[in-house]
Amino acid sequence: MLIIKNLHAEVEGKQILKGIDLTVGAGEVHAIMGPNGSGKSSLAAVLAGREGYNVTEGEVIFEGKDLLEMAPEVRAREGVFLAFQYPIEIPGVSNINFLKTALAEIRAYKNLPPLEAKEFLQLSREKQKLVEFDAKLVNRSLNEGFSGGEKKRNEIFQLAMLEPSLSILDETDSGLDIDALRIVSKGVNKLRSSKNAFIIITHYQRLLEYIVPDFVHVLYDGRIVKSGTKELALELEEKGYDWLKETREKELI
Amino acid sequence: MSTIQEQAIPLFEEIVNGYNSRRSGVAESAELRRARQSAFEKFRLVGFPTIRHEDWKYTNLNKFLKEEYTVAADGSAVGAEGAIGAPAVQLPAAAAIPGLDAYRVVLVNGVWDGVVVGGPLPKGLELKRVAEALQDPAFSGYFENGKWGNHAFPNLNTALFTDGLLLRVNGAIGKPLHIVHYYTAERNLLVQPRHLWVVEANAEVTVVETVHSVSGEVSMLVNGLTEVIVQPDARVDHLVIQAAEAGVRLVNHTTVRQKKKSLYNNYTFTFPGAELIRNDLQLRLEEDHTETHLYGLYLTAGQQLVDNHTLVDHQKPNCFSNELYKGVLLERSTGVFNGKVYVHQDAQKTNAFQQNNNLVISKHATIDSKPELEIFADDVKCSHGSTVGQFNEDALFYLRARGIGEEMAKALLITAFAFDVTEKVKVKVMEDYINHLINQHIPVNNE
Repeated sequence: MLIIKNLHAEVEGKQILKGIDLTVGAGEVHAIMGPNGSGKSSLAAVLAGREGYNVTEGEVIFEGKDLLEMAPEVRAREGVFLAFQYPIEIPGVSNINFLKTALAEIRAYKNLPPLEAKEFLQLSREKQKLVEFDAKLVNRSLNEGFSGGEKKRNEIFQLAMLEPSLSILDETDSGLDIDALRIVSKGVNKLRSSKNAFIIITHYQRLLEYIVPDFVHVLYDGRIVKSGTKELALELEEKGYDWLKETREKELI
Repeated sequence: MSTIQEQAIPLFEEIVNGYNSRRSGVAESAELRRARQSAFEKFRLVGFPTIRHEDWKYTNLNKFLKEEYTVAADGSAVGAEGAIGAPAVQLPAAAAIPGLDAYRVVLVNGVWDGVVVGGPLPKGLELKRVAEALQDPAFSGYFENGKWGNHAFPNLNTALFTDGLLLRVNGAIGKPLHIVHYYTAERNLLVQPRHLWVVEANAEVTVVETVHSVSGEVSMLVNGLTEVIVQPDARVDHLVIQAAEAGVRLVNHTTVRQKKKSLYNNYTFTFPGAELIRNDLQLRLEEDHTETHLYGLYLTAGQQLVDNHTLVDHQKPNCFSNELYKGVLLERSTGVFNGKVYVHQDAQKTNAFQQNNNLVISKHATIDSKPELEIFADDVKCSHGSTVGQFNEDALFYLRARGIGEEMAKALLITAFAFDVTEKVKVKVMEDYINHLINQHIPVNNE
């Protein structure tokens, strides 16, 4: 589904990704862990097409197409979804109209007619229930005045509505209490299928107790320095990121 | 101050040279005659404002005053232009607001034909041509003819106005009154409608004003003057929707005099169309415990120049005023906002708030925003703020990351920016209509 080859990227002239290789297949959940500043969120930003991130080398192929060539909205229409670490508040844009617009544009891209009002409403209700998203929030302005947990749940609700093939969850667990974490994870687990894939970016192992990954990658200084199964996350948790730094420094010597 | 207009302005020459002949033989009270003469002298001395006048610093009229205009003298003369008296004035279909249940009247170049659409007027709502009201001692006393200081346009209007709409409200009026201002001419024309609204004690009314014009080769300069008197405990909702077509230059002066415990809400929406729109909205809070809300949205495009000057004059204690004006500037348009709040020494316990926010979308658009606060009382709460910004890039990216195209995302953000103002409109069909007008002008062109 996704093939990242030797990806290098910089922000304001500073190299932040220094050769990332990663392959994600349909039905897989990949966790990307790493200390602060290792490039985790930058990888998410590059994949989603955020301005200011310049790819200097390498390529990203998504379902056979060059992802890096696409505008952010085209990536989304092709099926890439980024759950933001800090979802933006947009007063005056209602959550539901925003989703209606997004869904209509994605469907138009796929040559599908927009959903009838009734169908849309039904879909929205069904997904709200699936991810336990408060119906009252659906009609409010987009994220305006939402708590941290509500914002993250809204991201998962949007994910459920738009049904992307590849979802990138950027530190979705940050700022969540244990209940919110459980609800968000439950939502994601319900959405997992053999047809879609997830990249879960997290600093802590905690989230991975709820969303069990197939693969764990450790990002350090702009590169994936270690890959393994879910046991790697536990090892990291136990030994801390310093262990990694030492290993990496030894390698360099 | 110049003693006479320095630049050669054909319209100035025409007004000054033609004044005496234009006014001779008109039957009116000696008092009005004196007021006109005095206003005329002031206009003659001051002339049309130039950018050296502080109030006109950012609004250069030269471009609009280079052309020649005929001065419309009275209703019959306007008729000679082919508008009044013509049995069927073809209004643009847009003149009616979809779904709005209102009493609708149409003023062609400021003259009402006496027709009301939407049922007979209720007892408490009285409409009259100003030309008639001037002859009626019950009304003539309301016209404020001597208090325009050195303001050129109100003085000019006072010197030469002949007609307009008088509105008197007594009681609570259930349906809004929709006044359609329609401007049309066969050659360049100056029209100067004069309106007077008297909202009696405890009365309640919603008035919607819309502006339309015929697009064509001719230019029209409209120098409108409206006085609104809001008597004790009366409530007025006043919506103004301005668009019209290129060729129309609108200069509107509105003075609202609020009496004890009255409430006045003004909502002014300005859209692309008329090349020049200058609104002077002056609130005179003449008695205590009044409440005032001023909401404005200007969405400008093309080469348009839209200038909103507001004054909230807190004369007495315990009055509340709140002002929110928002601007969206497209293409090569220019916006001007000047909001002045004046708190007199007597006006203790004043609450006065003002905010102006601008979204400058095109790199060729300009906004000049100037809040002014002058406070002479010591126990007051006042604030003002002004911002100028571009699209929030994070918000734009967030929308795009959900599959929404850039143009659509921008449109959503503009609607959202305007929302603070549009949501204040209490009549749902009006809010929908305004959102429809906003959406007609976006998605936008960044150039």
